[in-house]
Amino acid sequence: MTTIFGIPSQALFGQLLLGLINGSFYAMLSLGLAIIFGLLNIINFAHGAFYMVGAFVAWMLLNYTGLGYWWALVLAPVIVGGLGILIERGLIARLYKLDHLYGLLLTFGLALIIQGLFRNYYGVSGLPYAIPAELTGGQRLPFMFLPNYRGWIVVFSLVICLATWLVIEKTKLGAYLRAATENPTLVQAFGVNVPLLLTLTYGFGVALAALAGVLAAPVYSVNPNMGADLIIVVFAVVVIGGMGSILGSIITGFSLGLVEGLTKVFYPEASATAIFVIMVLVLLVKPAGLFGKPA
Amino acid sequence: MRESAATVETTPHSAAGSLTVEGLEGWYGESHVLHGMSFDIRRGEVVTLLGRNGAGKTTTLRAIIGILGKRSGSIRFDGVETIGMTSRGIARLGIGYVPEERGIFSSLSTYENLMLPPRVKPGGLSVEDVYTLFPNLKERAASQGTKLSGGEQQMLAIGRILRTGAKTILLDEPTEGLAPVIVQQIGRTLQKLKGEGYTILLVEQNFRFAQTVADRHFVVEQGRVVDMIPNAELDANIAKLHAYLGV
Repeated sequence: MTTIFGIPSQALFGQLLLGLINGSFYAMLSLGLAIIFGLLNIINFAHGAFYMVGAFVAWMLLNYTGLGYWWALVLAPVIVGGLGILIERGLIARLYKLDHLYGLLLTFGLALIIQGLFRNYYGVSGLPYAIPAELTGGQRLPFMFLPNYRGWIVVFSLVICLATWLVIEKTKLGAYLRAATENPTLVQAFGVNVPLLLTLTYGFGVALAALAGVLAAPVYSVNPNMGADLIIVVFAVVVIGGMGSILGSIITGFSLGLVEGLTKVFYPEASATAIFVIMVLVLLVKPAGLFGKPA
Repeated sequence: MRESAATVETTPHSAAGSLTVEGLEGWYGESHVLHGMSFDIRRGEVVTLLGRNGAGKTTTLRAIIGILGKRSGSIRFDGVETIGMTSRGIARLGIGYVPEERGIFSSLSTYENLMLPPRVKPGGLSVEDVYTLFPNLKERAASQGTKLSGGEQQMLAIGRILRTGAKTILLDEPTEGLAPVIVQQIGRTLQKLKGEGYTILLVEQNFRFAQTVADRHFVVEQGRVVDMIPNAELDANIAKLHAYLGV
């Protein structure tokens, strides 16, 4: 068996792949958080809960209506994004004039309520969700075995992240979003419907979380706590990348997944804390984050 | 010149008034800045607000476009009362705003900045028209908006409003900090716009510049209009104006 730095290559690449998969989820979730924070100034603590609800909607669609994975990939973001829009209109919109802290408290409370409801009805043992038939099996690469579904996660989330970035950087709608992130008052004074822009942005960010949830359903068990476990790491990713930086959150998401994977190979005991150690170091050197602009 | 029946009915003392401000009060947070501002601008007129720093000129523009936190009194535009409207609604009536700090977006290219404000009325300039007026903007189209020089940024701030079709423009200190040659170019642009029937409310510290474009000057002190000087009488009133402005 070949080895690299004394580590079997199979194990090394296996961990790197796992890291890349975790990174895919970090990237999709931190991207949504970054967009929402940039425009709405809301630290969306309910993001992990929406990710979890996305996975549950996929499970419900399959078990209650017979609609499979591919339907869920489309419907779950629409349904959960719609829920996000209602929450933004009904609750979050009332907080824009207040300190960030209120938005954080509100969304934290929402996350607890949503998670509590799902725990009450579905328990915490986790529900199984099968890999879609088209993506079972795997590829035997020269250096490792690559399960098809895991490859799909990485490619699909990369495509979604890049598409989102392109829409924000290259379209008229994206220009409105960037301008309103800088100076919402002036954009509104040009006659642009900024409140609608805020609502749609929140809905989109939440839909991204739900999409990540559907993507996760076949690899992690569908569990009311799945979002709460992930969201803390994702917040660290956002802080490292720079609050509100779009490209920063994508790149940081994938890179930190890889760093975490490597840590599991070389020093497994530190794998759960590596990201937080990096966060501390980045905050010491660049308080605005790697891609953030100093305030 | 077009006049609607509504204008005549609701602005009796200045039948042709396109913008009538009466008893305008305005606040920044807790501090009361405007104390009963009253003035009017007729359609096609260029009017300046002159006054010292902190007199409330910029605040008046912010109140008119609807981005001041708290305001009361009356601001009628073409006979429509706007005091209870959002800034979005006011802009949609056909009022364009060029803020003091120019409001160029750093995350947008020059071209994106130019295209940002939506069209609110038919008859706005095309992008080519704006480029003819300000050729620099064409050369710098791909540059980051805030990488432009101060003068170019001012041209961009004016050009993007001319695209929208708004025929009434609130212009806050367009010459501030600019080189004399740029000031002249902006002056020529304002004269051209005036010739095309635009209505312009100009806030200026530089009354020598204001004199070259304006029809009337309102002197603002402590949040109210204390005097009105027709442009033709400006030279005769220089001593008085110096006293007002403290220059």
